[in-house]
This record gives sequence, structure tokens and C-alpha cells, in this order.
Amino acid sequence: MARAKAASNGVVEKKLIGVADTVIVAADRSKDPTLSIPIRSLANVNFNEKRGIIELGRRKQERAFFNVGMAKKFMQTVLVADALAELQRANLTTSLREIYYRTKHTMKGSHENTFDNQNESDPLIEDLEVSLAALREELHVRAENAGSVVGPVVLTDDGDRVDCARLGKGGYSVPSIVEPEYIQIRRCTADFVLLVEKGTQWNRLSEDKFWRRYNCVLLTGNGQPPRGVRRLARRLHEEYKIPVYVLVDNDPWGYYIYSVVKQGSINLAFESERMAIPKAKFIGLSSADPDRYGLPRNVGIKLNDKDIARAKELTKYRWFQKKPWQDEIKRMLGSGLKYELDALANKDFRYLTKTYLPRKLKEEDWLD
Amino acid sequence: MATVVSAVEMGARQREISVSEFFTKNRHLLGFDNPRKALLTCVKEAVDNALDAAEEAGILPDVVVTLEVVSSNGTPTPASQATRFRVTVTDNGPGIVRQQIPPIFAKLLYGSKFHRLRMSRGQQGIGISAAGMYAQLTTGKPVQIISRTGARSAAHFFEVQIDTKKNEPRIFENKKIDWEHERGTQVSLEIEGRYQKGRASVDEYLEQTAIANPHVDLVYHTPEGETRKFPRTIQELPPQPKEIKPHPYGIELGMLLRMLQDTKSHSLAGFLASDFSRVSPAVAAEICKTAKLSADARPRNIHGEDAEALYKAIQTTKIMAPPSNCISPIGEKAILHGLYKQIKGEFYTAVTRPPAVYRGNPFIIEAGLAFGRTPEQLAAAVTEEAPAVPLAEGEAPRDDDELARVIRYANRVPLLYQQSACATFKAALETAWKNYGVAQSRGALPAGPMVIFVHMASVWVPFTSESKEAIADYDEIRKEIKLGLQECGRRLGVFLRRREKAKSEFRRRNIFELYIEEVVEACARLKGGKLAKDKLKGQLLKIAAKRTGGTRTDEILGRDNGPEGLPHSIIVTAEGPEGEAPELPAVPTNGAVTAVAEPEPAETEAPKPRGGKRAPAAKSGAATRGATNGHVTPARGRAAPRPPAAKRKKKR
Repeated sequence: MARAKAASNGVVEKKLIGVADTVIVAADRSKDPTLSIPIRSLANVNFNEKRGIIELGRRKQERAFFNVGMAKKFMQTVLVADALAELQRANLTTSLREIYYRTKHTMKGSHENTFDNQNESDPLIEDLEVSLAALREELHVRAENAGSVVGPVVLTDDGDRVDCARLGKGGYSVPSIVEPEYIQIRRCTADFVLLVEKGTQWNRLSEDKFWRRYNCVLLTGNGQPPRGVRRLARRLHEEYKIPVYVLVDNDPWGYYIYSVVKQGSINLAFESERMAIPKAKFIGLSSADPDRYGLPRNVGIKLNDKDIARAKELTKYRWFQKKPWQDEIKRMLGSGLKYELDALANKDFRYLTKTYLPRKLKEEDWLD
Repeated sequence: MATVVSAVEMGARQREISVSEFFTKNRHLLGFDNPRKALLTCVKEAVDNALDAAEEAGILPDVVVTLEVVSSNGTPTPASQATRFRVTVTDNGPGIVRQQIPPIFAKLLYGSKFHRLRMSRGQQGIGISAAGMYAQLTTGKPVQIISRTGARSAAHFFEVQIDTKKNEPRIFENKKIDWEHERGTQVSLEIEGRYQKGRASVDEYLEQTAIANPHVDLVYHTPEGETRKFPRTIQELPPQPKEIKPHPYGIELGMLLRMLQDTKSHSLAGFLASDFSRVSPAVAAEICKTAKLSADARPRNIHGEDAEALYKAIQTTKIMAPPSNCISPIGEKAILHGLYKQIKGEFYTAVTRPPAVYRGNPFIIEAGLAFGRTPEQLAAAVTEEAPAVPLAEGEAPRDDDELARVIRYANRVPLLYQQSACATFKAALETAWKNYGVAQSRGALPAGPMVIFVHMASVWVPFTSESKEAIADYDEIRKEIKLGLQECGRRLGVFLRRREKAKSEFRRRNIFELYIEEVVEACARLKGGKLAKDKLKGQLLKIAAKRTGGTRTDEILGRDNGPEGLPHSIIVTAEGPEGEAPELPAVPTNGAVTAVAEPEPAETEAPKPRGGKRAPAAKSGAATRGATNGHVTPARGRAAPRPPAAKRKKKR
């Protein structure tokens, strides 16, 4: 466990103690103790068109203790709140998995475990984040360091100066918490941020020193970018007024990654405010690219049923309603194929660095 | 170079094959494929004959089956290793007159049951003589028979074999002897066989026979020297089935032609009305009209096209279903007694379907269920788990994946082989047990501690082969079986729901208590230890009790007797609960009365040991409870068997 900054302690702990108070007050009045938790699903998010972000709606679910279907979850929620409060007091940060292990035990006089696997405890932490309006970082819970950055940026992390231009081709591993209290951006001279879906392509670009030639910050989240990566991109965009371009595979999942970076995700809609980058641009891989860049049909992959269903779902999201986007998705569905970024290697190992991206940037060929 | 054989030479080789010779070569057709099955078949044939004879004579059957190891070199061989056995079956039936003994036991296709349409276990007159032939073939020893027809006549002892070429008996010994029984028959065979317990064993056959024949008193001396008794629980014989004439729908053209030749009637209409069942003079006239034949035509003169026209006319005329008094079902009460006696469980039910018809043959389907575990088994299961090992991720409590067992009967005879070819088995698979709260995977039997009982009673049970192992899959038959099983399933569903409801109430309470403990502890930690834990816990428990139906749940389940609560015991019969079953809210299952036996707290004061003698009917108020491993055995509503031997009326 790492030491957490001493900032903002106390407030969050009080919020967590509030969970216990809910139980005590209800018991005093002979009422069923109930927690109100905002619903985190498509039905309860609104797309704020003016701001270009997804916002959490007002609907809440009542989690009652004396309801057979919810009793266990209620009990688990209280246990997680207790573990989080313990973190606050000890001033430590921890991972989701450690929270799971910390709260797992067999209940007295039974064979039943409080938790059977981590899938049960993870959503409860998100529930508490939303219902207590406390950020994950404030709760001292971190995710894996699942992102990398390289480029002309200088940061301070735990008092250490980190120059991301001098970290070889491996770059700096983006921590899950990049709030200003933990990480300070000292300097950034880049012209733009390129957020790449896949680590392999990021490696290619880093190895080729693409960032030096085109003066940009290279970021990757290895798939769906974690909060730290999103937050860092957002801060660079906001604090240094540089555009963010997103480079993903040409498939429905790639489109969604882009939309999460841009408008925020459904599950973490309450975080959009802090994470979303409404001005981010989709640079590729577009369904128009195979034609434009002469990618042969045989490097495509047939869309499977899941892909098709997901693509159709995307066309209905309010934030994908712009005409170019509808055309983009329909073009993919029409061709029946998806393309990976890796497929560009079919032309040349350095096609991405030497031809594809330079031409895209020059032509300003991106989707908004 | 090919040898040329003339027709004359070939003709010289062609000769008649006797039935006996045929079956010597094809003994698997009669159920003698392997030594294990042969032992079973011999016992089965002898017992079937004994029961048929006693029942037909109106005698409550007492049957003694003895299996003895015959050691080859004088040293005793353990039963599981032995290859030679002596099978002896003794009954208290009417006995056999002297002259008939040799043909009955040493002539194939000789018997009283083939030519009539009446329900009986045996049908063809092959069984016991085939067993004798098998003995002759494998050990060379003749069949020994002792028979006595009454106290005043002498007992006759015979040793016979079959002359397989002529299909005629050969008598080795014939003398009068002293016999301790005043009436009855004893058959003794020495055969090659194997004794093995388990599925399709002699033991299983006799157990199942006892289930379907609670009016039989059966004693079994095992080859291991044990004696197992299956006492009689019903003191009356099943009603005598009547013999009937064939139903017109059930005959084939050839049979019709023969009947036309053999009839004593002088007119076609008369023939139809007198030689068939359910053909009135009006129906006979209608058939003649449809066939465009004169009602006065002489039956003997009808052949060729006319006969065919007559046959078609019969098929198209609407004729009442055959009478069903030729069939004697076991009856719901007897099935319940049988199941209850032999299978330990929590719930029993039985259904006798109304008569139905296939190919002109009337039949009745009976279905039954025994479900659940004995309290001993339940207790064992709990103690097994008792050292509470915390479950690791991905581990689940041991699943119960035992499948149901189907026990099948045709005319009260258990069928032990070829289960998957049998209509009963197929019907059990097709029944949607999920609807009744029992798990069932696709194409499999339902899962759970359950025995499914199916009986087909008919004047002619359509077997798939001569060895009578599986019932042929006629649509009409399968449909009836399914209807019977569905009714059983519905009743089981009622029972399970009721039990589940009480259980889940308890579980609800239980989980709340568990969770309250956790929540209170967590709250106390959250509050930094500054919390009146007991007060909060008390408040929460009170809310929980209020929300889950309060104290009632505790009462139903005998709260202080383990976390799972108690299994309930229900007996559903179409005739209602019998004897001491307490009156409790009845569940209407189309006319049937349900009895729910629920333990009442007051009765704990007088615990009675289980498994020993049953409490006499009048005394035991409602339920018997006894503590086993901290568990209370379930109370059971039961139909009390009558007091033992003293009251038995023996027709001797």
C-alpha cells in the first residue's frame, strides 16, 4: 500500500460513517434501513448536448436491508464502507482486489462467505463513489497502472521530476490517480495528444520516435483507457489547450472507446465532468480508410454477431447521432468487416508512422 | 470349383425345427443371455407362476425363494464367486394335478394363459419350461417339482427334462412323498449363474415385486445365508380379473379369418355379436351394412375380398371401448403401501388412470412417486458437512446430482432390463418435471432423491421381446403413462412448494440474522467503537422478525433443531389419508385429499425410535419424532399397515 496525501481527509470519512448512521437511525425508528444509490445504466444517463458530455440522471435505486433480494448486497455495502473508512484513517491507498480480500470472510455460524468473488465487491465501490459523491481517488482506491505516456511533458510525482521525453521507448507508467494533489504537470510543449487504443501500436510509435517528429504526447490505455489515462489526457487538453486525437481499431469497441474519451462512459457518467474531453477527435481507423489507404480486403475480419449487435446499439446512442458518424458505422456494417490497427503492417511495418498518421494529420482527416 | 447340390439332396437336409431346439440356440430371446441374468430369469419365472396360480385360486400368496450355492468340489464357495446355484421357489398355491406336472414344466408353449384374454403375469407358457431347459443345458440336472393339491391328497415328487427334439417331457422320477406343506408347489432348478447385488439383481427384483404386490408375503433366503422378509401389508387379494372376448379393433385379418372358420354361430351378425366384446346386434348390423355383406351370410363362407371388406368395415365402425373389468390394477392404496414399505422418503403419491385401449386391448396405467430422503440420510448429510470449511473462491457446496430411478412393472412384474427401450422410461423423460419444481436436464431423467413407479396392467402387454423386458412404445400407452406421471408431478409440486415455502421463510430469517451480525459489527467499526451494539442488533432483529412473518416461521420449522429446519412429510392419495394422519389444511388436487404431517411441539415429549416396529394404527396420534444427531425426524402421515400375523386369515 502506498501512502496517500493527507489532503481532504476527514470529509470522506464522515461520508462513510454516514452509512452506519443510516442504519442506526432507521433501526431507532423501526424502519427498514435503506441506502439510496443512483442508477448507473443507460436508462439513467443524459447526453448534455450543449456541453457534449454524458451526465448521470436523477434516478436512484433503494437498497433495503430487509428484502431477501437485496439483503446480502446491503450487508456487503456496509462492509465495503467500513473497509474504505479504515483506509481513510490509516491514510493508505489500495486496489479493488485488496478491498475484496479485506472484506471477505465466512460469516459466523454459517458456511456462507461475505463475498464469493471480486465481481461482487467492485460495483459496490462504484455505488459508494456515486452515492457519497466521493471520487475513487478520494476513497483511496486505485486501479492498476494500465497506461503509458511518452513525449515532451514534465511531471512531478511524489516529489520526483519525471521528464517523459527522457524515458526511452518504455515511457512513464500512468498511475491511476493523477489529480493535481498527486501529480503536477510542470511543463508541456507538445502540439497535440495522441491517445492510442493498443499498446502494440503505441510501442511502434514510441520506437519510431513519432512523438519527436510530430511534437506530440503519446498515450495509451491498453484497451479501454483507465481513469488515470483519461484524466491525464483531459488535464493536458485543458491546462495546455492542445487537441486530443484518438486512434483505435475499426470496430464497434474502438468507436466506443473514442466516445468514452470524448463524452464519458455510461457506467461512470458521474465522472464525465472531470474526465470527458468533448473536443477530442477520432483520427482512425475509419471504415473509409481501407479504401482510401488501399488496405486489401483479406486483412479485414468478418464482423461476428456480437459486433453487429453492438454496432447497431451504437447507432442509437444520442452522442453518435451526427451524420458523419451514422455514415461511418453504417459503412462498417455494410462492408461486414472490421480492421485492426495492426493490419496496417500489411503494407509496411512502419506504415502507421511513415504514411498513415502523417497523411491523416496533413489532411485533417478526422471525425468529431 | 463349386459343388453342385441337387434339390433332392437339399430336400433331404430340410426338416422341422422344434420350438425347443430353436430356443436352445436362441436362449437370449428368453432372458438367458448371461449367467447373471439367467439366475434372475429363473427366479422371476418361478415366482410369476407361483403368484399367478395362487391369485387365480383366490389364495393370498406366501412365497419362499431360496438361492443356494452349489459348490463343485465340496468346499464352500462365497456367493459372489460361485457359478452354480440351486433356485427353489415354494408357494402356497392350489397345487397342480399329477398328470399336468410334466408338460407344465417340461414342454414349451404349454399353458393356460396364452389362449385367453385375461390379465396375468405369464402370457405365453414359455417361461418356466425355458428355465428348466436352461438348467438342463448348463448343469444337466432335471427340474424337481413337488406339488400337493390339498391336505387329503398326497404330495407328488417329479424330476423332469425336455426332450428338445420333440418338445415333450421326459420323466426321470415320479413318486409320492411326505411334504410339510398341506398345499402348494415347489420348483427347484440347478443352474449356472452368477449372483451379484445392485441393479437388475435377484434382490432388486424381489424388492420391486414386494412394492407392486403388497398382498404377497415374500421370504427370501439369499445365497449369503441371510433371510429377508417382505411381509404382507394388504390383507386382501386384488379383484379377480375377468376373461374377455377380443375387441374388434384389436384383431388382425388372419385372426378374423380363423375366427370366422371356428365360430359356432350360423350368421355373420350373430358371429360378430357373440364372439366379440362390445358388439351389440345393432353394431353388428351396421358392420354388415358397411361391408355390403348380408347379416345372414354363413360365417364359414366369408373369405377373400368379403373378409377384407368385413375387416375394413370393422375398423371404420364406431365401437365402444372394451370392458376393463378384465384388468385388475394394483390400486393407489396398495401402491402407496408398497412404496412406503420399501422406499424411505418424505413424500409418496400414486395415481391409477382410467382404463384406455391400444389396438383393441384394454389397459390401465398406474404411476407413483416416492420422493425425498430419510431423516437418517438428511442427518448424515448434515454431519458430513459439519466441520464448516470456509469455501474458497470458485468452490460451491456439493451439488446433489443424483438422478431419479424408474421402476417399471407390467402386470405387477418388475421389468429390470432394457430400460431405455421401454415406453415407461420414455414417458418419464418426456414429462416436464421442471414444472413441478424438480430439476431436469435435457433428455435426462429428473434429478433428485426420487423413485418413479409405473405399472401397466393389460390383458396383453406388448413387450418388445419374448424375454419381457420393455413395454413397446404405443402412442396410446405412452400418453397414458405421461398423464399419470403428470398427476404425480403436480402433487409432488404442491408438496415441494409447501416445503420450500416454510424453508425459505426460515432461510430468510436465518440470513437476516447472519447479515445483521455483520452489519452491526461493521457499523460499530465505522463509528470507531462508539456504538451500543446490542441495542442496534436487538432493534434490527425485531424488524426482521416483523418482516418475515414473526414467530410462526419458527414454530413451523422447529426452530431450535438445526439451520435447515425440518423436512415435512406428506402422503397424497386419491382415497385420502389413512389411519393416524393428522387433519391439516387440505390441498385440492382434483379430488384428492392431501395430508400434511407437521410435527407439533407437544409431541416431542414422547419420542419414539424409528426403524423398529411401527406404531399400531390407533395409538400413534399424528407423528413419530425421534432425535437423530440433534435432528428431529420428520413426522409422517402414514397409512398404517395392519397388525401382524395374528389377524391374517389364511385359506388353508
